[in-house]
Formats: sequence, structure tokens, C-alpha cells
Amino acid sequence: MARRSATVFSRELALRAARDSLPKLDPRSQARNPVMFIVELGSAITTAIFFLDLARGRHAELWFVGTIALWLWLTVLFASFAEAIAEGRGKAQASALRATRTTTIARLRDGREVPAPELRRGDVVVVEAGEIIPADGEIIEGAGSVDESAITGESAPVIREAGGDRSAVTGGTTLLSDRLVIEVTQEPGRSFLDRMIALVEGAERRKTPNEIALNILLAGLTITFLAAVVTLEPFASYAGTQLSQTVLIALLVALIPTTIGALLPAIGIAGMDRLVQRNVLAMSGHAVEASGDVDVLLLDKTGTITLGNRQAIEFIPAPGVEERELAEVAQLASLADETPEGRSIVVLAKERFNLRERNLGRHEFVPFTAATRMSGVDLNGSMIRKGAADAVKAFIEQNGGRAPAELDAAVQRVAEQGGTPLVVAKDNWALGVVHLKDIVKGGMRERFDELRRMGIRTVMITGDNRVTAAVIAQEAGVDDFLAEATPEAKLALIKEEQAKGRMVAMTGDGTNDAPALAQADVGVAMNTGTAAAKEAGNMVDLDSNPTKLIEIVEVGKQLLITRGALTTFSIANDVAKYFAILPAIFADTYAPRPGTRGPLDALNVMHLGDPKSAILSAVVFNALIIPALIPLALKGVRYRAIGATALLRRNLLVYGLGGVILPFVGIKLIDLIVHNLLGA
Amino acid sequence: MARVYTREPGDVVERGFLRLLGRDAAAEQDWKAYGTSVLVLSAVFSALLYALLRTQGHLFLNPDHLPDVPWQIALNTTASFVTNTNWQFYGGETTMSYLSQMAGLAVQNFVSAGVGMAVLAAVVRGIARRSSGGLGNFWRDLYRSIAYVLLPLSLVLAVILISQGVVQTFHGRATATTLEGAHQTIARGPVASQVAIRQLGTNGGGFYNANSAVPFENPTGLSNVFEMLALLLIPAAQVFMFGRMVAAPRHAWMVFAAMFAIFAIGVGVAYAAEQRGSQVLRASGVDIARSAGQSGGNMTDKEVRFGIANTALWATATTDASNGAVNGGLDAFTALGGAVPLVNMFLGEVEPGGAGSGLYGMFFVILIAVFVAGLMVGRTPEWLGKKVEAREMKLAALGALFVPMMALVTTAAAVVAPAGLASLANPGAHGFSEALYAYTSQSNNNGSAFAGYGATTFSTTLGTVALSFGRFVPLLSALAIGGSFAAKKTVPFSAGTFRTDGPTFAVLLLGVIALTAGLMILPALALGPIAEGLTR
Repeated sequence: MARRSATVFSRELALRAARDSLPKLDPRSQARNPVMFIVELGSAITTAIFFLDLARGRHAELWFVGTIALWLWLTVLFASFAEAIAEGRGKAQASALRATRTTTIARLRDGREVPAPELRRGDVVVVEAGEIIPADGEIIEGAGSVDESAITGESAPVIREAGGDRSAVTGGTTLLSDRLVIEVTQEPGRSFLDRMIALVEGAERRKTPNEIALNILLAGLTITFLAAVVTLEPFASYAGTQLSQTVLIALLVALIPTTIGALLPAIGIAGMDRLVQRNVLAMSGHAVEASGDVDVLLLDKTGTITLGNRQAIEFIPAPGVEERELAEVAQLASLADETPEGRSIVVLAKERFNLRERNLGRHEFVPFTAATRMSGVDLNGSMIRKGAADAVKAFIEQNGGRAPAELDAAVQRVAEQGGTPLVVAKDNWALGVVHLKDIVKGGMRERFDELRRMGIRTVMITGDNRVTAAVIAQEAGVDDFLAEATPEAKLALIKEEQAKGRMVAMTGDGTNDAPALAQADVGVAMNTGTAAAKEAGNMVDLDSNPTKLIEIVEVGKQLLITRGALTTFSIANDVAKYFAILPAIFADTYAPRPGTRGPLDALNVMHLGDPKSAILSAVVFNALIIPALIPLALKGVRYRAIGATALLRRNLLVYGLGGVILPFVGIKLIDLIVHNLLGA
Repeated sequence: MARVYTREPGDVVERGFLRLLGRDAAAEQDWKAYGTSVLVLSAVFSALLYALLRTQGHLFLNPDHLPDVPWQIALNTTASFVTNTNWQFYGGETTMSYLSQMAGLAVQNFVSAGVGMAVLAAVVRGIARRSSGGLGNFWRDLYRSIAYVLLPLSLVLAVILISQGVVQTFHGRATATTLEGAHQTIARGPVASQVAIRQLGTNGGGFYNANSAVPFENPTGLSNVFEMLALLLIPAAQVFMFGRMVAAPRHAWMVFAAMFAIFAIGVGVAYAAEQRGSQVLRASGVDIARSAGQSGGNMTDKEVRFGIANTALWATATTDASNGAVNGGLDAFTALGGAVPLVNMFLGEVEPGGAGSGLYGMFFVILIAVFVAGLMVGRTPEWLGKKVEAREMKLAALGALFVPMMALVTTAAAVVAPAGLASLANPGAHGFSEALYAYTSQSNNNGSAFAGYGATTFSTTLGTVALSFGRFVPLLSALAIGGSFAAKKTVPFSAGTFRTDGPTFAVLLLGVIALTAGLMILPALALGPIAEGLTR
């Protein structure tokens, strides 16, 4: 699956959604949504009235009743269409995923062959290069490169190996090299791919807590408007005006919050979908909502805040050593070193002194090991080494030399600046220190500032010592840091924040991250991580990009803002609808003489053509606003980190005040068309 | 007041009172137990009051020998006074004996106001507490509301009123010979004490039918000022009590600002409308210009000693504060001027509303406001650090929307049923306004009357229904919200949280009030006062 397309409407999608929206008119499926259920009921009654009038030959109002019925049905249909189009995008992705679902025959370790769907947890299978991995599992033997593009869309193969945090494989991915022995970790039908299909398809979609709460408010408003409209009939009849059922139903549908009622399911689905577009799978809609509420973000230093690798930024020569000389030796020690740190030393040497890479001639490369904590090269009988300060000092002393005191000072200084000191030596001679620095990713400070304005505190998690951690935390602009972090310390930190009532989000990939991921309110597991991590989190990032958390928070907030904005808009619209419909239905009420207009005609501030055209215009506006807002519902209202009060003021102006004004314009325009069309 | 409800332990009398009620009476109550106590108390007092009204003719302290109150009136009056409404389908001085006035109605003036205040204290306590089940103890809260707030304040006010010439006597009617030589009976009685508590307790039921328009109830400009202040005093003070108890004084100020804005707009509109007079009045050639000798404007049924400004101010205050006492005839207000008190009541009596009931009514509005606002800033909604979830939304929607619905439905019944139409004194739009006013007033437990709406078996029964549901549905919803908040954890404040202590919040509250109850009354308003006002 390639990176998901972000277009809101495509022709194909729209056609499919139109087809899918018809079965949704089934009242049983509408009953889930109280607002639209009322609209559908209204449509059915108006249609019945239309046919009754037709049968009785009462043709006077026939076109009016018919047109109202038609537009009420369209209102329901537009709502179903909105939901169908939101679901459609997920369905397209699901069918692409389904195509990759494997039907291969799996070979068990004991030689038996079983179809992949029959594999149970605990079975052990053998996979050879070129074969599709039949089920989710843990590698218990071997290492190999795996093509995971079926799941992640990323075509570069990844290395998977037994032991450690890279041991999980996903069913449906392809082994490109080597041979793996895999223990199956999932029961049939519960695989990652199965869950992913169910998620993007929305099959497991349940209403989220906030959606339920909003639905209750909308239902409350609907019932109250129902009471307002039902009581209007006796009020009007007291005033000597007979209101037809058609008019009352039209008024009711115009008043109840149909706009938000119609778009609410679509907003929720689209929120999940926006995450899928960012290659994030949320295991529940609740997790998406919760991400909008996050107060504390725990970010791993390496890979999230800093680039994964440190870079050489400075040569600090020992007393009596030229800087160029140090650079030259450091370069020699690094030429054969393929680590990013080693390469950065070569680069720095070239930048500073234009030292080119040379052919070393006869030499022997000494690789880094955990035991020596040094690497280097043996060249022309001399041993050149670079490495951790104490290791290299021990090496010098071993060779009968002594490191000068100034070297220790330089080492100390680099550590205090948050860097990693690398001592360079030649036999018994200490040449100086290379300053390796953690490079904070570009734009991080701005992102953290933005998060702060959103009200989110960032905490950097690192295994570094406090001094180094403090410097990087300062440089990156995070609010706090946890140094020398262990998985236990991480878990304890999350619990502590939660005890204060805060919502915590974190990312993780290792098996020992699993408890913390499970504890966090939003736990994003990296797809490269272990099965345990993916199981524990409530989201999986297929790109395995820890910075994604920030985007996830934005999507969560966007989802809630869109709901709030459209609710406000929907209710604010009522003002204009009143001014369209009330003067229309009461135009003749309390008229001084028959044939003249009553006092309430003065409320017709929009100067709508005639009563019928006014009512119709309000209903048409009410229906058309739904498809007009589908793109907004799917894309979401943009979130701006400008502080809550400023954001609220802005959204109140746009959707509240705008919601009052826009329908006046819209209804007037529709009325101009309708009124002239009818030639009345 | 915050101290009154948080002080530990209670005084000697309180402990004695609780011991009298039984062993468990002092125990901490959850919202259900608290609500049950409220209902039990209200039921007991309803029975007592009804019995008293039905037998007053045979009892003492009845110097004018007034007969027993007919059952319809007694039933409605009982419901009316127990629900802190004081809607009156009767003329006070010609229906109620002194015993009924004092042992029946005045006691209810204290108790019903005390109940409202106690419930508010419990709800606020629930909001302030975290991870707890209890809301306090109803009997204690009731005792403290009456003993520490209502009694001392009404004593002071009664003395002030007597100093201004309000009548306070146990002698029966006085008979006087007028200048023309005709005999006139002048009703007297223990007026000052009644007026004091009915103003303070936002009850509003007058000793006299014409209420505070009668010189014996409200003789001077000064007494008028004191009576107006008194009716606003407790509900307004409770906003600040709330601010102190939940440690959010600035939030309380914003709530108050929203309330005050509605009040100020109401006063402005009513004053302007009354000063301008109606179309008919302006066309009549009467001099309604404001000058040194007269206040001008529509002075029909207004007292010259108060003039336009004080009458408009009073009418707005009394309906904003769920009081319902009047110092002029609302029925004779201009259409727009009369719409002000009507709208005030319909908006749910939250500006600042009745003793206790006003603020807890405002809580429903606040919950809806923070819910929508919370969404719009991208967080699941919270209020004062507590998450607002489905359960609270259900209760808030019920609390905020039930009463307007009740008002509309009862009005509809009253203008459709032939038995209901019999109560109307006027035809057309004005008659409609009378019915709408009557049921809006009763559903909202205000008690303000437009006059012109007569008592029949139908109207009193319908009114009783409106009174009872209008009181207890929001009351129990509020208690349930308190209970549900008490059990919640507190969420700390962050820059992403929407601030409820800035002017944006006050504006938002006004918007929510306008778009919920405001939208609901608009069609009815159009058929009543608006149509009347637009008629040329």
C-alpha cells in the first residue's frame, strides 16, 4: 500500500459512497442517530401526506408538499452520503490490505505443512528466503531482511533477528534473505493484519465517549425543539392560524441540529482516517479522542529529539599538539570506521583542514568492541586509537605514556556541554579530544514551543547522565527530562503524572517499553518494535517515526474542534431559519382585515418572496449545507496553537457568528431562485 | 456564606435539631439520600400547609373570619409555596387568615428558600470535592441556611421596612370613612415580616393581592430600594459563595457578569419601552413626555411614587431573581416592556435566579457552554478541573431544557382546552401573552403574575403540575450532577485548557442562553408580545 492519498473527493469514491448511502436509509441504522432519525420520520410523514393529498385530489398545495418531502429525503440522503464517503476511504484501504492476506502453506519445524490460517499460537514455522511469512510471530532463530511494504508502504527492507527488540515479524510480509524460525504469537483471525483491516474498515467502530456525550446534547436539543414545534400548533390555532403538518415538519427539521447530526459519524471516521493517512493505526476511536487531551508528552531523546547519531564538531588538542595534527590522526583512526560518528570525524577533518581521504596502504582496522570501547587502525607499526576517555587513557598507560591533566579538563568540559568526548591517541601519546555532539533535529525547538502553547508539557527520556541530559534538554527546549532512564523509571513517571490527573502520551518500541505503553493514555508503538510493544500500545506507527506523536495530538484536537465548531454552527443557523419561517407561517396572523398582512410580516427582514418559497428555501439551505460541509468534516477544522482562549474566540467568531450570518445570505439566495422559478 | 456551609462543627441548636430527627440524621449523604430528604421534607410540608389552608376558617388568628380556602386554590398555593414560587391564584388579604399567612406561607417562605440554598450548597460541595461520594447533609444545610442567613437578614429587613411605614399588626381590618363619606375597609396584618422574607427568599408572595404596589407593603422610595436589593441579595451573593467554595473567584465573577448583562439589558429594554409607551398611547394625545412634574411614559397601573424607572427596574429584578413580587401591574405594561419579565423567566431564572435554584440552574447552562467550548479548543470538555462526560451532559440537558419545555407544553394545553381559555382576561395576542406568562412563571417557579389570568379548576391543576415538575426535575438533576462531580478526579489546568475566568466565557454563557431557551421561546414570543408590539 503506497502512501495514502489525501484527496477528499475522488470520482470513484463519491460514486461508491452514493451507492453505499442508500442502504443506510434503513430506519434501523438511522435509529443510532437521533437527529437524523427524526428527519427520516419527517420525510416519511410528508411523503405520506403527499400521496394522501394526491389520492384525495387536493392539488392546491401538492407541489409544495412534494418539494418539501423531496428535500427532506435529500437531507437524510446527504447525511448517509457523508458517512458513506468517510467510510469509503477506509474500505478502499481495507480491500488493498485484504489482497495481501496470505493463503500460503506454512511449513512447521517438524516438517508438517498446514494452511496459514490454521496456525495457532505456539506453533513454530520455518520460512525460507522469498517466502511470505505466514503469521505474526517472534523470530526464535536466525536473522534476515524482510520486505514490510505490504503493511507499511515503505519499500526498503528491514532487518529482523532473533533476540532483542527487532524480533517481531508480521504475517503477510515477505522474507527476502536468509532463513527464519518463527514462533507464532497470535490465534487465527487476531493477526495484526486482521485487526488493521477491521480498523480501517470501521467494522469495530463504536461510539466514543465524547461522541456519546455530544449525541446526548443533540438529542436533548432535538426533543426540546420538537416540543417547541408541537406546541406551536396550538399556539397558532389560538391565534386563528392553521399550520399544516408539512409546515410544522419543515420547521422542526430546520430547527433541530441536522448539520452536526448528519456529519457527526463522518467526523469520527475521518479522524481515524487522517491518522491512517499518516500511517498511524489507532486501535480505538477513544485513543484518538484521548490524544487531543494529552498534557504530557514523553519523548525518547535518541531518534526523536536528536538525530540518531552524534557528530564531531570540534577538535581539542592536548597541550603541545597542533589542532591539525590531532585532526589528521583522528581522521586516520576513522577512515575505516563506517559508523556515523566515524564518518562525521572524517567530514570535520576535511572541512577544517581540507584533509582528503587517502589510501592508507598496509594497515589493519581495529573495530569497536564492547570490551575495549575503542576503535582505530594499526598503521606502519603505530597504533592509533579513539574511544571512551578512560579506555583510551588505560591504553596510553599500558603503552608507558601518561595523559596530561589538561586532557581530563577537556573531557570534562565536553561532557558538561552535553557532548560525548572521544580521546584520540597514538601509541603512548594523547593527542587530544574530539567533541562528539548530539545534534538536535532541526525545528524541534519550534515544535516544542508550539506544544507549550497547546498546553502540552514535553519530557525528554534519555539514558544519558544528568549533566548531558540537562544540556540537550536546554538546547532542544523541552520542559523537563528524565535522565538515566530505566523502563521502571519511565513507568513510575507516567503513574506519577497520571496521579496528578494528567493525560500522558509516549512512544516506545522495546519489549521493556510495553508496561509503560500500556499505562500511558496514548501509547504509540513503533511498527519496528516487538510484538509485546505493539500489543501494549493503543496506536501503532507504521513509519516508526517517534515525532509522529505531535501530529497525533493535532489530529485528536482537530477531531474535537470539528465537532464543536459544527455543533455551534448548526445551532447558530437556527436564528436565520426562524426569521425565514416564522414571518412566513404567521404572515396573515392577527391581520386587521382579511387579505392583508398581519403584524408579524414585519419580521420578514430578508424580504423573502412569499411564505411557501421562504419555508422551502430554509429547508433547501438546511439540506445543501450538509454536502457543502463534508470536505470540512473530512479534513477537520484546522488546529492552531494560539492558546485556548484565542482559539475559542476565533472559532466562536467563525462558526458562531458566521453560523448566524451565513444562512441569512444562503436562504435569501435560494429564495431568489425558488421564488423566480415559481414565478409567484 | 461559604463559611456557613463549611464550618465544623455545627452549633448547639443544630446538634439538638439533628438528634431530634433521629440517629442517622447527621450522616454524610450521597446525592440520592440528599434528594430523598428534600422530597420527604417537601411532601411533609405540603401536607401540613394544605391541611392548614383547608381548615383556616376554624382555627385561631383569623380576626377577619375568612373561610377555608377552596381545594383547587389550596392545592395550587401549597405547590406554589413549597416550590419557592409563590404564584398566587388568590388575593392575599381576602383569602388568607393571619395564621395561614404566618404559620403556613411565611414558614414556607423560609423553608423553600432554605431548601434551594441547601441544595446549592450540596451541589457546590460536590464540584469542590474530589473522588468522594458524599454531598454533605441536607438537614444541616437546611438548618444553617435558615438560622444563619434567612432569619437574621429578614429580621433586619423587617425592622427597616417598619421604619418606612410598612404595616405590622395583629389587629384585623381597619374601617375608615373617606372624604366622600363612604365606608372603606382597609386590610391590615403582619405585613412587614412577610414582606421581608418573601423578598429575601426570592419567594414573592404578597400579603396583599397587589403586592408591593400597595403602600402598606412598600410605602416609600427607600423601602422600594431595600426591597429590590433584598430580592437580589441572596442569589447574587451565592455566586460569590460558589467562587469561594470551589476556589475560583474569577470564574464566579464571569458568571456574575453574564447574569448582570442579562439584567442590564432587561432593565434597559423595559425602561425604554415603558417610557416610550405603546402605539395606542402615543396616538391618544395624552402628554407622556418626561418633565419635572411627571415621569411620563406608560404610567398605567404604575405607582406614581416609583415612576417608570423604578417599576421597570423592579419588574426586571423580580423576574431575573425568581422572586415574582411586583410593584406595578405588568398586565398594563407595553408589549415589549412586558416581554422583558417573560423572557427573563423563560431563560430559566438564572440571572441570578432564585435562592439556590438560580445558580444551580446556571450550572446547567455552564455545563453546556463548557462542553461546546471545550470541543472548540480541542479537548474533551472539563469544568473546574472535572471532566464533563455523557452522564453530566444528560443531566445538564435535562436540567436546562426540561423547564422551557414544560412551560411551552402547559401553555399549549391552556390555550387549546376550552377550560383553559376561560382563564384569559383578554383576547388575541395579549391574551396569549397572559397564558404564556402564567405558565412560564409557574414552570420556572417564579411566581410573577401578569394578572388577568384567572383561577379555574383547570388552570390551578395545570399550574400545580408545572410548579412541581418545574421545581424538582432541575433540583434533582443538579444534585445528581453534584454527586457525579464529587466522585471525579481533578484535572490540572494547562495552557490548552479553555479559561472560564475571562470575558470570553461570559459572552459564551450569554450565547448559550440565547441559543437554547432563547430560541425555544421565540415562536411563542412572536405570537404574543412581538405580534402585539408590531400591531399598528
